[in-house]
Amino acid sequence: MNIVEASGLGKRYGRTWALRECTLEIPAGRVTALVGPNGAGKSTLLNLAVGLSTPSAGAVTVLGGRRAGSPAALDGIAFVAQDTPLYKNLPVADMIYITRSLNRRFDQPYARARLAELGIPPRRKAGKLSGGQQAQLALTLALARRPRLLVLDEPVAMLDPIARHDFMATVLAAATADGVSVLLSSHVLTELERGADYLILLARGQVRLAGAVDDLLGAHGQASLEELAMTYLRETTAEVTR
Amino acid sequence: MTAMTRPARPDEDDVRLRPVPWRRMAGVTWRQHRIALAGVAVLLGALAVYLWIAGLPLHHAYAAAVACHPAGSAACQALVGTFNSMDSHMTGAASPGGVLLQVVPVLIGAFAGAPVLARELETGTFRYAWTQGFGRWRWALAKLVLLAVVLAAAAGTVGVLVSWYYQPYFAAGNQALGLYEIPPFVTLFSLRGVAFPAWTLAAFVIGALAGMLIRRVVPAIVATLAVYAGLAVATGGFLREHYLTPLVTTIPNVPGTAWIISHWWTKDGRFAFAGNPSLNLLNQFCSSLPPGQGKPSVGTFAQCLAQHGYTQWTSYQPASRFWPFQWIEGGWLLALSALLIAATLWLVQRRAA
Repeated sequence: MNIVEASGLGKRYGRTWALRECTLEIPAGRVTALVGPNGAGKSTLLNLAVGLSTPSAGAVTVLGGRRAGSPAALDGIAFVAQDTPLYKNLPVADMIYITRSLNRRFDQPYARARLAELGIPPRRKAGKLSGGQQAQLALTLALARRPRLLVLDEPVAMLDPIARHDFMATVLAAATADGVSVLLSSHVLTELERGADYLILLARGQVRLAGAVDDLLGAHGQASLEELAMTYLRETTAEVTR
Repeated sequence: MTAMTRPARPDEDDVRLRPVPWRRMAGVTWRQHRIALAGVAVLLGALAVYLWIAGLPLHHAYAAAVACHPAGSAACQALVGTFNSMDSHMTGAASPGGVLLQVVPVLIGAFAGAPVLARELETGTFRYAWTQGFGRWRWALAKLVLLAVVLAAAAGTVGVLVSWYYQPYFAAGNQALGLYEIPPFVTLFSLRGVAFPAWTLAAFVIGALAGMLIRRVVPAIVATLAVYAGLAVATGGFLREHYLTPLVTTIPNVPGTAWIISHWWTKDGRFAFAGNPSLNLLNQFCSSLPPGQGKPSVGTFAQCLAQHGYTQWTSYQPASRFWPFQWIEGGWLLALSALLIAATLWLVQRRAA
């Protein structure tokens, strides 16, 4: 089963194509890294996959053939957007209440236990938490929905190294322990290296490279995911300069 | 290029996939908007307390003046005077109390309605809310309808109290007793009956739509104030008088409670002029009016001009049409609100991240 499947997918804002001719299949059970420079179309692709925006061309389905944004798709996907938006003036307990109310499934004991483990007090307002705690809260709320696909848009960009490490540890634990498929975008390559086993390289609105990390490393003779990505990103930059 | 050959393959649990129940939005809406709702409660509560405290003596004075016998006696005239001198700051559209009352709906609309969607868009939390299992248009519909119903109900309750407060001024027979009387149409029409909650509802929905279009809280509030003011002025100034065809009469003494739309004069069956007679005309025909008794009344002029073959026509809305007009205004505002909610939902559904 493919957790995300796009064919000829495109998104245009005004006269600019943010994403063009995107065709890919991401198998289930993977931690997929979506890598590319700023403005490559990473957020656009993720927004299309979670149904926040609608395609200008082509189609995207998720969770094995469900239309992105359909009730069945929303039910099985948890999305943590860039800068982890939360209702900053509400206490953590209310964020839990709201997320539980808005979804068919919600693992309240998990959410409670996880937040206790993180030392996040339920009465504290979300806006008063540190950046790392806010990111962890958003992630906890997403995982407590028991999704089949977890989508993360630049989740660690704003975090300090320790918070980054903790955040990625939680994500990878969910992927290994509960079999959640993960799709995350990032330009912080070293963080991805530890867990990602599937790579999509985006540049200037187009897919440049997609495949299982092991296969890609073997085929391109690179030692690490970081090297591989950097090589491709440099090529794209060179193209632009030319 | 990989074609999508796989047919849509719903999972086993999709058969049982029921939408998240609507009722869950009640708690969500309360938690997210309790501060705005508390603000509205404080505003309307203070208004209600004021109306109650100021209204009781007014009603007592009125009851005393009406019950007094014989009506013409000095004691009774004193009671009438007491009533008439009460609370002049609440009895006109331009009085402080009247102005304050008139801005209540738009304050509720702007400060409770505009942020509902604008804050989500401004802070980015729509990316959270619209990717939950509830579904985004259902989320928006539940939220808007819940808040709209609660606010309209609260405004309706206060509207009843406003009606009660002004009741003595609108009672039949005030004129005969020399009691101060307000034509029910001209002042404060939109603050009584069903018009008050209907205008509050419209203001809230205008605020929500403005927030969805502008995506920023403060500009959305400003836009709501402007649009609401335009709508209220247009309705009061141009639209309301056309709800029902005005009655036309040649009887000069139209009841004081009626809403006079226009005057015009005819001579020998042909239109002569509109409005009040010009000074030239009066000098020509009516210069022989008895001088020295102050300003002659319009009635005196009318009699004088009538002797010279002029007929005065008056088109007016009788006071008995107060409730039909209330329902017409409430009805079109409700329809407008439903339309604006539909437009807002459409925008929510097609808004790209």
